[in-house]
Amino acid sequence: MPITVAGKTIETDEEGYLSNRTDWNEEVAKEMAKVDNCDLSQNHWEVINFLREYYDEYQIAPAVRVLTKAIGKKLGPDKGNSKYLYELFPYGPAKQACKYAGLPKPTGCV
Amino acid sequence: MLHTVNKSPTERNALDSCLKHLTKGAAVLLIEDGVYGALKGTSTTKTVEQALKSHPIYALYPDIEARGMQDRVIDGIKLVDYNGFVDLVAEHANVQAWL
Amino acid sequence: MTEATGGIEMEEDTSGKVKKFLYVNRKAPYGTIYALESLEVVLIAAAFDQDVSLAFLDDGVYQVVKGQHTKGIDVKNFSPTYRALEGYDIEKLYVEKESMEARGLKESDFIVPMKIIGAQEMAGLMQSQDVVLSF
Repeated sequence: MPITVAGKTIETDEEGYLSNRTDWNEEVAKEMAKVDNCDLSQNHWEVINFLREYYDEYQIAPAVRVLTKAIGKKLGPDKGNSKYLYELFPYGPAKQACKYAGLPKPTGCV
Repeated sequence: MLHTVNKSPTERNALDSCLKHLTKGAAVLLIEDGVYGALKGTSTTKTVEQALKSHPIYALYPDIEARGMQDRVIDGIKLVDYNGFVDLVAEHANVQAWL
Repeated sequence: MTEATGGIEMEEDTSGKVKKFLYVNRKAPYGTIYALESLEVVLIAAAFDQDVSLAFLDDGVYQVVKGQHTKGIDVKNFSPTYRALEGYDIEKLYVEKESMEARGLKESDFIVPMKIIGAQEMAGLMQSQDVVLSF
């Protein structure tokens, strides 16, 4: 299911995750969010960038419990909780944010 | 003859058996998990060093590096890349793969 | 499993008893799929909040060696993921001393801090588990 960003066709899998992680850029994230009727705010970007850094360091997308805890550590308890993250990413913070971040689906998510 | 070994010497006896069957002019190429046979300071080092006195032994560098073993290779074992692998196969009349 | 199982503010299911799980890793990475499969099972099962330990023995000690660079064989380097285990509350990692020494390795060669134990202590660790998963 390819998406088109700035005239370039980018391959994704059947759930909309990037087939090739190196295709990612901010415009790709915005386009993916648009499909979900989601306008990316600074708060969204904070999580997306956090996920990209996490992946670079550990080579996996974190489980939502791990993400929540790690966000809390880095950005404070106001943001390191499920309520805040689910409000930002109603389809599930790990799943939806990972998709916009160009990462594979977190290990363990169906 | 070129012998290739792709199993770890501490998991299977492929390397051990291979080294016992070397004839004059034979060479050994360690690939995949076989590269663990190229290491210094292990329980199999002595056997390999002994064989090295009479036969050239090669190891595939990309497999060494993937496993983080780049600083542990026995002196005298020659490191080759994929092109070197192809050259070795071409240089020898026949190849035996020890699986 | 869905994401909901991991939500920290979801109601905890307290009916299940916490069991002791040991993952036994005995294979070198990359040559076979065992090491990666084990790691994935560990990560997935971490959502169940059990008492998890990981043991590395025989060629399994090679999984956690520093300095792995896999670009040349075009395979994903999953060794950095062992460093993420702490964030999953998996902190009991053991290496068998005899296996380490037979491979010319020492404690500082590992990518994460490991508890080095002898074969006899390893046997006791295995004996004390409710569930042992072997890879």
